[in-house]
Amino acid sequence: MTTRRHLIGLPIASLFAAALVGATSLGPTSLAAETIKIGDINSYTRMAQHTEHAKRGMEMAIAEINDTGGIGGKMIELISRDDAGEPGEAIRVAEELVTREGVSILTGTTLSNVGLAVASFAEQNQVLYLAAEPLADAVTLQSGNRYTFRLRPSTYMQAAMLAELAVDNPAVRWATIAPNYAYGQEAVAAFKAIMSEKRPDIEWVGEQWPALFNIDAGAEVQALSAAEPDAIFNVTFGADLARFVREGADRGLFENTFVASLLTGEPEYIDPLEDEAPVDWLVTGYPWDIIDDPAYVEWLDAYRARFDDYPRIGSIVGYNAILALGAALEVTGGSTDVEALIEAMRTITFDTPQGELEFRAIDHQATLGAWVGYTTLIDGRGTMRDWYYAPGADYLPPEEMVARLRPASD
Amino acid sequence: MGPHSSPRHLDKTTLGFFLVQVLTGLSSAASLFLVAAGLSLIFGVTRVVNFAHGSFYMLGAYFGLTLVALFGDWFGRGHLSFWSAILCAALVVGAIGALVEMTILRRIYRSPELFQLVATFGVILVIQDLALWGWGPEDKLGPRAPDLRGAVFILGQPLPRYDLVLIAAGPVVLGLLWLLLNRTRFGILVRAATIDREMVGALGVNQAWLFTGVFFLGSFLAGLGGALQLPKGGADLLMDFTVLAGAFVVVVVGGMGSITGAFLAAVLIGQLQAWGVLLLPQSTLVMMFLVMAVVLVVRPFGLLGRPELVGHGRQMLDDPLRPTSWRFKGLVLLLVLGLAAAPLYLGTYGLVLLIDILILALFATALHAIIGPGGLVSFGHAAFFGGGAYAAALLVKYAGTPMALNLVLAPPAAALLAIVIGWFCVRLSGVYFAMLTLAFAQIVWSVVFQWGEVTGGDDGILGLWRAPWVRGRIAYYYLVLGCCVAGILALRHGLSSPFGYALRAGRDSPLRAEAIGIDVRRQQWAAFTLSGAFAGLAGGLYAYSKGSVFPNEMAIVRSFDGIIMVFFGGVQHLSGPLAGAAALTWLKDSLLRLEMWRLLLGLAVIAIVILFPQGIAGFLKQRFGRFVGIRSELSS
Amino acid sequence: MTGGPVLEADGLSKSFGGVQAVRGMSLAVAPGELVALIGPNGAGKSTCFNMLMGQLRGDAGRVRIMGEDVTGWPPRKIWRRGVGRTFQITQILPSFTVRENVQLALLSHQGKLFDVVTRARRAQSDVADALLQRVGIVGFAERACGLLAYGDLKRVELAIALANRPKVLLMDEPTAGMAPAERIALMELTAGIAKADGVGVLFTEHDMDVVFGHADRIMVMHRGSLIAEGTPLEVRDDPEVRAVYLGSSLDPEGP
Repeated sequence: MTTRRHLIGLPIASLFAAALVGATSLGPTSLAAETIKIGDINSYTRMAQHTEHAKRGMEMAIAEINDTGGIGGKMIELISRDDAGEPGEAIRVAEELVTREGVSILTGTTLSNVGLAVASFAEQNQVLYLAAEPLADAVTLQSGNRYTFRLRPSTYMQAAMLAELAVDNPAVRWATIAPNYAYGQEAVAAFKAIMSEKRPDIEWVGEQWPALFNIDAGAEVQALSAAEPDAIFNVTFGADLARFVREGADRGLFENTFVASLLTGEPEYIDPLEDEAPVDWLVTGYPWDIIDDPAYVEWLDAYRARFDDYPRIGSIVGYNAILALGAALEVTGGSTDVEALIEAMRTITFDTPQGELEFRAIDHQATLGAWVGYTTLIDGRGTMRDWYYAPGADYLPPEEMVARLRPASD
Repeated sequence: MGPHSSPRHLDKTTLGFFLVQVLTGLSSAASLFLVAAGLSLIFGVTRVVNFAHGSFYMLGAYFGLTLVALFGDWFGRGHLSFWSAILCAALVVGAIGALVEMTILRRIYRSPELFQLVATFGVILVIQDLALWGWGPEDKLGPRAPDLRGAVFILGQPLPRYDLVLIAAGPVVLGLLWLLLNRTRFGILVRAATIDREMVGALGVNQAWLFTGVFFLGSFLAGLGGALQLPKGGADLLMDFTVLAGAFVVVVVGGMGSITGAFLAAVLIGQLQAWGVLLLPQSTLVMMFLVMAVVLVVRPFGLLGRPELVGHGRQMLDDPLRPTSWRFKGLVLLLVLGLAAAPLYLGTYGLVLLIDILILALFATALHAIIGPGGLVSFGHAAFFGGGAYAAALLVKYAGTPMALNLVLAPPAAALLAIVIGWFCVRLSGVYFAMLTLAFAQIVWSVVFQWGEVTGGDDGILGLWRAPWVRGRIAYYYLVLGCCVAGILALRHGLSSPFGYALRAGRDSPLRAEAIGIDVRRQQWAAFTLSGAFAGLAGGLYAYSKGSVFPNEMAIVRSFDGIIMVFFGGVQHLSGPLAGAAALTWLKDSLLRLEMWRLLLGLAVIAIVILFPQGIAGFLKQRFGRFVGIRSELSS
Repeated sequence: MTGGPVLEADGLSKSFGGVQAVRGMSLAVAPGELVALIGPNGAGKSTCFNMLMGQLRGDAGRVRIMGEDVTGWPPRKIWRRGVGRTFQITQILPSFTVRENVQLALLSHQGKLFDVVTRARRAQSDVADALLQRVGIVGFAERACGLLAYGDLKRVELAIALANRPKVLLMDEPTAGMAPAERIALMELTAGIAKADGVGVLFTEHDMDVVFGHADRIMVMHRGSLIAEGTPLEVRDDPEVRAVYLGSSLDPEGP
C-alpha cells in the first residue's frame, strides 16, 4: 500500500516541482533595455492550421531584421501566447504580456471576437495593437480606437472584392450562411449592403447562423435548400466549412447554385478538403504556388528554404505584420513609446512581397489586398483559377462610412 | 425564418421535405444516443456521473481516424477495413474506460459523489492533453465511408447515404443492448445493480468486475458514437465539451439510468435541432435546454427515470463550528494586512494575479456555502458568476449607469437568477441536483451565447471602463480586496448564524431537521439564492477587472473551476475556498506556460481526490491547527 | 382543550401496493400518560408512527393534536404544534455540539431560522444547558455529537424533543441499542418528565421490561389492527395477545 501511495504521489510531487520551475518572480518586472518585446497572441490550439504558419512568418521577418543588426541597436523578441480561441483568455494573456513581460506592442490574434476584445484591452491599457488577422469591420470602424491598427483586408473590403464579380452573376435569390459571431455577421451585412446597392433586384431568401465550430451541417443544408436559393454567400471556415461542403455536396445543394465564399481559396481551408474541395466557387484566397510576381517569388523561395514547407495565408500575414511594426520602430528609433509608435504607424510605408503598403490614417486600416478568383480541382487538390490580386487600397471603406461609424478620436 | 422568408418557402412543406427533415433529425440523434446510453448505463450501475464521457467520445473519433487510415493501408479501403476500424476504435476506447475505472474510480466508490465528479473531471483534463499530444491541434476531417458518398432520394428529396447508416445505428444498438441486458447473465446483474447495488453483493458477484465491465461497455458506446460520426464531420479538441452538454440533456430528459429513455430523449433532441434550425435558426441551443427544463418540471426524474434511491455516498463529517481563537483571528488579521500591503512588494502582474485570486476566492466561498454546509453539489454556479458579470455589462451597455451602481446591482441580479433556478433544483438532491444545476447553467449560457443582439453573443460585451477613482490597478485592487474580504467574512458569519445552522442541519440529517420544524428545502433555496448573490458580486468585480465579459464566464468550465477550488481547499473547511482559489490560480499560472499543463493539472486533481480528500485547509488544520487553537475532531 | 387528550387518532389506514399496513387504528393519549404501542415485527407500528408525525400520508383517518386537526400536515408543522419526536435510529446533527443540537431546536421554536445576523452559538445556551441537565448529559455539552456513545445520543434526542415544550412525545423504540441499565434509567427519566410537565408520551418498544415496567397503558397491534388495549396487567393476560406473541415471551421474568 505504501509503495502504491508513493506511486500516486509522484504526479503531485512532479506537479509542484513543475509549478516551481514554471513560476517566475511575481516581483516588479525589470525593463529589458536590449530587446524590443512584441507580444503575440494567437489561437495556437484552436486555429493551428493558420497560426502555426503565422508564427513562422513572424519569426522569419524577425530573423531578417535581427540579422541586419536589429532596430536602433536593439533586437526584436517575440513572446507568443495561446488564446485557445477565446476572447476572455486573450484578455488574460494580454494582461500577462503587458504586466509581467513588459510588452508594449501586441499583435497576432486570429478570430474576430478575439481581435475586438484585444482592441478594447489596448484602448483601456494604452498599448499599441496591430490586429494581423481579424477581419471584422468593427476592429477599425465601430470599435476602432487610436491604439489599434489592422493589417488584413476587412470583411467589407473582401466582400467588396467578391461583389465586384458576383453582381455579374444572374442569380436573384441569394441565401447566406455565416458563423454567428462578429466576423460572420459583419461579412453578411457588408456583402448584402454592397450587392443590394448594385443590384436592387436581388432577393435575400434566407440566412443561417450556425454557432462557430459547432455547425449542425445536415440541418443547416436542409434549411438552406428549403429556401431554394440561386446563389449562396458563405462565410463559414475551418471545420465548419468542411462539414458544410461535404453535407452540401451529398445533398446536392451546390448543383446549379452559384456560391460566393470568403477565404475559401486560402490553403488553410481548401487543402484539408482534398479532392472534395468545391469547384467554381467565387472566393478570396491565396494561390501560393502560381503567383509569379518576382518580389513574391523571391520571398516564397526563401520561406520554403527556411521551413521546408509551403506558405499559407497566415505566413504572409505574420510576415507583413512584423514588417509593419519594424518600419514603425525604425521611425521611432527603437522607442516603444506608444504615442510615438501611433504617429509612426500612421505615416509609414513599407515594402512587402505584396508591394508597398501603408495604414490609412483615418481608420488605421492597411492597404494589403487579397487574391480573388474561382476554385478548381487540379490533380485532386483544390486551388484557384482566373485569379487576380485585388489591391486593398482600391476597396477601402469610403471615407464617409468611416466618419459615420468610427468613434471620434484623434 | 424571420423577415426574409418568402412565399416560395412555403411550397417546401411537401411530404418529401417533411420526411427528409425528420430523417435528418434521426441521424443527428444517433451519436447523441450512443454517448448518452453509455453515460446512463454507467450511472445506473455505479452511480458515478462520468463527466469524462465526452472525452471518450472524442477519443473514439481520433482512434477512428487513425485506425481507418491504418487499416486502409493494410487491408485496402473496402467495407470490411473501414467498419472493422470503427469497431476497433470503439473497443480501444472501451478498454481505456475500463482502465480509468480500475485505476481511479474503484478507489472512491464509497466517497461522496463530489469526489467522483471531480475525479472524472481530472480525467477530462488528462485526455485533452493526451489527444493534443497524439493528434495535434488541427481539426481533422473524417474519412468517407466506402460507397456511401452522395444521396438517396426520398420522394424527390436528397438524403445523404451515410445518414441511413446513422438512422439504423440507434435502434440497432438499442436492440442489442436490450438483448444484452435481458438475455445474458451480465445483463441481469447490471439490471439488478441498477435497482439495488447491495443486492448484487448479496448474490455473491464480484462487484468490482461488474463495474469494470459496465465502464467498458459504456465507454465503448461513447467511442462508437465518436467513430461513427466521422464521415459526417471529423475530430477536434472541442468535441468533448460540445457533446457533453447535449449528452447530459439527453440523459436527464430520458431519466438517469434508463437506456430506452435516453433513446427517446435523443430522438426528441435530434428532431428539435433539425426543425429548430429551420424555424428559429438562432435559438437551437436555448430550445434544447428549455425542453429539458419543461420535462423536469413535469417529471423531475425524466421521462423514464425512477425516483432517486437513498444516497449511497459516505457522508464526510465536518467539525462543529468552534469560536475562533484570538490566535486565529490574529492570523487572519495578519493575512489581511499582508494583502493590504501587497502593492508595496508585488509587481503589477502580481497584483493582477492577486485580484484574480481574491475574486475567485469569493466565488469559491459562495459555492462552498452550498456544497459544504448546504450539502448540495452545484455544478452550475458559473451561471451566477457570469450572471453578475453580465448584469454589470448589460447595465453599462444599455443604461450607461456608473460602475458603483452596477456593482451594487450585480448581486441582486444574480440572486434573481438563483431564485428561479433554485426553485427547480432544491427539489432534488445528490447527483440529480448536480445535473440539474449544470443544465440550468447551460440554459443561461445558451441564452447569452445565442441572443447576440442583446448580449453580444460570442463576441461578448467590451469596453467596461472602471470609474476614474479606481481606473488604476492599485486602486481597483483595494476595491476588490475590500469587497472580497467583506464578502467572505459575511459568508462565514452567515454560516455561524441560526440560518447557517439550520442549513447545515438539513445536510446532517433531513429527518431531524424536519422534526425540529426546519423546512429543509426552503432553507436550501434561500441559501442557494444568497450564494448566487455573492457569486454575482464576484462576477461583477471580475468583469470590471478585465474590462469585458464573454459567455465563457458562465460556461461549464467556469463551474468546474469553482468546484475544483472548493475541492482543493477542502470541502469540510470554511477556509478551504480561499486556499483552493490561491492554489488553483497559482498552479494554472505556473503550469500554463508548460506543455501539457492540463495533463499535470488533471493528474493533480485525481491524486488529490485519492490521496488528500481533506484538501489543503484540512491538511493545515491537522498539522498546524493546534498553534492557532483549532483541532480536527470529526474531519479527517 | 384542557383535560382532553393531547394526541388523538381516528381510523388511520394505510396500504402499500395492496398490503394493508395499518387498518383503522384509533388511539388517544392523555396529558402525563405513557402509552406503549407494541406488536410483532411488521405489525404496523412504524407506519402508524410515521402517519402521526406527518412523515407519511395516510389513506384514511384523522390525527388531532390538542384538539386541532393536523391530518396531512408536514412534520415540521406538527412539531410546531407541540410534538417532539425521537427516532428508532437516532437522528441527531453529528457536526454540531450537543448543546448546539438543542439550541437549534430552541431557535426554530422561536422562529429565528432566517436570522443571519446573530450567532447561533450564543442563543439561549442557558436554556439549552438546563435541558441537557435534565436529561443528564450537560457534561457533554461542548462535545461534537458525532463522537458520542449511542446511549448518550438517545438522551440528546430526548433533550432536543423537549426543546419546544411539547405536549406530546413520540418515541420510536427509545431504548433500542442501549444497555439494560441505561434503558431503565432513560425510561424513568422520560416518565418523570411526562408526569412533571403533563406531556403525553406514545412509544413503541421491543423490550418488554421497559414496556411493562413504565407504560401506563399498552396498545397491541397485529397485522395493522389494534387487537388489545389496557393496563399492563390486562394486556398480559389477554389470550389474543398471548397467541400473537406465541414463541416470544411477554413475561418480564420469562426465559
